[in-house]
Amino acid sequence: MNYDRKADLVIIGGGPAGMAAALAAREAGINDILILERDNELGGILRQCIHGGFGLHTFGEELTGPEYAYRYEKRVKEENIPYMLNTMVTELTPDRCVTAMNEKLGVFTVKAEAVILAMGCRERPKGALGISGTRPSGIYTAGTAQKFVNMKGYMPGREVVILGSGDIGLIMARRMTLEGAKVHAVCELMPYSGGLARNIEQCLNDYGIPLKLSHTVAEIHGKERLEGVTIVKVDENRRPIPETREYVKCDTLLLSCGLIPENELTKGAGISLDRVTGGAVVNGKRETECEGIFACGNVLHVHDLVDFVSDEAVIAGRSAAEYIKGKSNEKIKIKLQTDGKIRYTVPQIITELSDTTVYFRVSDVYKNAEILIEDGEEKLYSKKTLKLAPGEMESIKLTANMLSRVKSGEIKFSLKTGV
Amino acid sequence: MQRNLTCIICPRGCNLVIELDDEGKIESVSGNACKRGIGYAEDECTAPKRSVTSTVRCEGGGLIAVKTASPIPKSLVFECMKKINGTHAKSDVKIGDVIIKNVLGTGVDIIASGNKML
Amino acid sequence: MFDIAVIGAGVVGALVARELTRFGMKVVILERGSDVALGATRANSAIVHAGFDAKEGTLKARLNVRGSKIMESVCQNLGVKYKRNGSLVVGFNDEDRKTLEQLLIRGKNNGVEGLSILERDEILKIEKNIGDGVICALHAPSGAIVCPYELCMAAVGNAMDNGAELILDFNVTAIENVGDYYKITSPDGKLAEAKYVVNCAGAYSDDIARLVGDSSFSIRARRGEYLLLDRECGDTVSHTIFRCPSKMGKGVLVSPTVDGNLLVGPTAEDIDDKSDTKTTPEGLDKVRALAQEQVSGIAFNKVITSFSGLRSTGSTGDFIINLPQPRFLNIAGIESPGLSSAPAIAEYVIMMLRESGVFLFKREDFNPYRRPMHYFSTLSKQEKNEIIKERPEYAHVICRCEMVTEGEILDAIRTNPRPNDLDGVKRRTRATMGRCQGGFCSPYIVELLSRELGIDYLEVTKSGGKSYINVGKTKE
Repeated sequence: MNYDRKADLVIIGGGPAGMAAALAAREAGINDILILERDNELGGILRQCIHGGFGLHTFGEELTGPEYAYRYEKRVKEENIPYMLNTMVTELTPDRCVTAMNEKLGVFTVKAEAVILAMGCRERPKGALGISGTRPSGIYTAGTAQKFVNMKGYMPGREVVILGSGDIGLIMARRMTLEGAKVHAVCELMPYSGGLARNIEQCLNDYGIPLKLSHTVAEIHGKERLEGVTIVKVDENRRPIPETREYVKCDTLLLSCGLIPENELTKGAGISLDRVTGGAVVNGKRETECEGIFACGNVLHVHDLVDFVSDEAVIAGRSAAEYIKGKSNEKIKIKLQTDGKIRYTVPQIITELSDTTVYFRVSDVYKNAEILIEDGEEKLYSKKTLKLAPGEMESIKLTANMLSRVKSGEIKFSLKTGV
Repeated sequence: MQRNLTCIICPRGCNLVIELDDEGKIESVSGNACKRGIGYAEDECTAPKRSVTSTVRCEGGGLIAVKTASPIPKSLVFECMKKINGTHAKSDVKIGDVIIKNVLGTGVDIIASGNKML
Repeated sequence: MFDIAVIGAGVVGALVARELTRFGMKVVILERGSDVALGATRANSAIVHAGFDAKEGTLKARLNVRGSKIMESVCQNLGVKYKRNGSLVVGFNDEDRKTLEQLLIRGKNNGVEGLSILERDEILKIEKNIGDGVICALHAPSGAIVCPYELCMAAVGNAMDNGAELILDFNVTAIENVGDYYKITSPDGKLAEAKYVVNCAGAYSDDIARLVGDSSFSIRARRGEYLLLDRECGDTVSHTIFRCPSKMGKGVLVSPTVDGNLLVGPTAEDIDDKSDTKTTPEGLDKVRALAQEQVSGIAFNKVITSFSGLRSTGSTGDFIINLPQPRFLNIAGIESPGLSSAPAIAEYVIMMLRESGVFLFKREDFNPYRRPMHYFSTLSKQEKNEIIKERPEYAHVICRCEMVTEGEILDAIRTNPRPNDLDGVKRRTRATMGRCQGGFCSPYIVELLSRELGIDYLEVTKSGGKSYINVGKTKE
């Protein structure tokens, strides 16, 4: 592909993942870096996450989203890492040509030695949920409402029902309440919450907002503006129980029903995605199947905490730097398999014989379970846990020593329940 | 008496079990993964505190994110929001600037927690 | 004083109005909604039927076949996406096969070209995902797909560019014949005077006819529910797949759209409220179940939205196009194949007016062309850079899912017929129509609308009326 300029490392996305990856790559000796950010500032979605709870793991103190982002932004600027704002990447090729567009340069193509994907994720919209009824105004994803309230200073509504108990939904329940709205209920289809326990405590319980587990919104009412919703209890197969239908008057429905990694560019480059995570399949270095293209943060898999996004970005940044310098320690190939109770792992493949932290999520709430890692019949690792929940990402460190013992080229993560 | 709490100090969200005597004094705390859980349990059983985050309008337009520099008494959260809502920040406000000094006599400042959003 | 008032800015009213301006008439379009294309035009199957469905000799048959022939050139002139993807009516048993053979004969009688019956192995060569139970199909290579609201907006816009006037929020409740012209009024005091009236009021065309004393027909609303799938699924089929009509009903269709999505539906349910476009769990379940029989491997977990539309079903069984009294034309009951027939209906209206004694001559300065609204992402790098040099806002992507730039949105807001709300921008530019459904970009589009229309941020609506996006400011 023809190109207009070259760079050692192009990072797509200037949010927490992109900035941390850039800093890690710079620290590892890469000078020629270019961050491409579609918004008008660095920081990504953290800019609108004005609540606290960020940074305990990374900085040992509780920061708000903008504060957390600012720490990285300041360092990116101090390190003079080049970045372009208002720049939309429109195409990525397997040979690492990145085509982007902005007002100053128009459409341009950068040929990169390595690329880090850090585009983040988007929220699952209403249409995908298949709620029936009318199509009035007043239905927003929690993140859209967050943007209106926190960044624009507008109230998208006053009488609110929230569907889905993801963290953004819980945070917005509190935020809307503090701004004078009445949040009538948070409905969660599953029998457990998708958000962190602390957010249920401080965002719902503090304000007496009911969390209705095993409930969903069955119907939307109102022709122009939303006038109400019908909520309904669901059975263990998530089917609505008609006699439990209940009309709730409201002018706003916020949706917090899951996040989807934004991988259109990745797909365009022909990189295959993990069906469960929605992100690329990567090895321990966060390298995709396409050589020299790495991924980190929510574009790879959805994280609960930005601190872990930063950790992952550091891995991707360092690995990209090593790749650019021509270092490769690839010696082995171990595939990581899961049993379904464990939904997925990141990475999905390990290619280096070094300590590797594996992140994973479970598919249901499990109490008193044992996490097992086996190489065929041989047990490599086991750990008993009190409670595992889909809303909370877990991690296990596989040591180089453990990995060196793997014979079959494949290890299986599974969960033994009732122990 | 026993009280169950979810610790909100960190994302781990430990389930705390607190044994209280007849006067409401804490006899024991269990379920906490770290010692900060004990402090939280003590505060929560005697004088619960919360951090408040919000936004303040800037003179001449725009918004800035703000937060309480440290937690304030939980009972004052809505009062604190009133103060925040009634305040305008200077147009050249920056992250870390004090927006309201000693809010509601708590000894806690409201500070800018971001840069201006337009 | 106008020469002619067209009541209703759906796709039929739009193409009729455009045709009238071609013949130099001074046209006013009266639309009760806050935008054009809000009725049946907004939500239908988006199909240009080949013309084998309607009975020989009916207006439906005649206008469908003619419409299908001229649709492509109309779309080309108006910058509207059109694709001749062909259609298959699939049969599951011998009874279906007989029906398909009858349709083949009917189609030939109607003048449809290229029809043939395909056996399963032949179908599999052109549609690999055809349903397991399908044994044969009627293949119509002239079947096509088009975007109905895009066609409507473009036709209204082109009519306006040629001098027509559009009055929105004009709810016609009285039509008075005052000698040689009509006085048309609304309850909120709007008035239009025109020598001729064309009633293209869709579901409400019976109400409009009654205003001049014509109660010879009635219109029922038939609701159809649809599912729209992500572009990832757009190549599930390449043809439009219909089900052979049988005792079990008409089935649904599975079709790619001109924008690359997959459309599945509709149900058919007669309803009383002519504005009730809600979806139901039962309806959408039915759509899914029927579609799966016709086409296998439809990824229903990739649904990006569901919607329903109302078809205006007339009481006569055929299109109702007549002159119940001098200078008043009904164009009613334009159910399927209404979209396919619309360009031919426009021609037909000119013929009727001529027959009723109006002298109509083609204007020499008529401009039949209109630039497409959403095109930037299809240009070459060089073409894009030339535009960006002049208009830097074209480099600013607002809707990242559909790759719609600020330049396109601004142009849409500044172009006839101007949108007044978020849905109006959506239908013109596709912004917010992608997989995130406006999650990221709608706050920004609200800002652009507020700025361009000179209204407060809080006044911006989703689709007119009281459909406000925000209800107040924080801190108040």
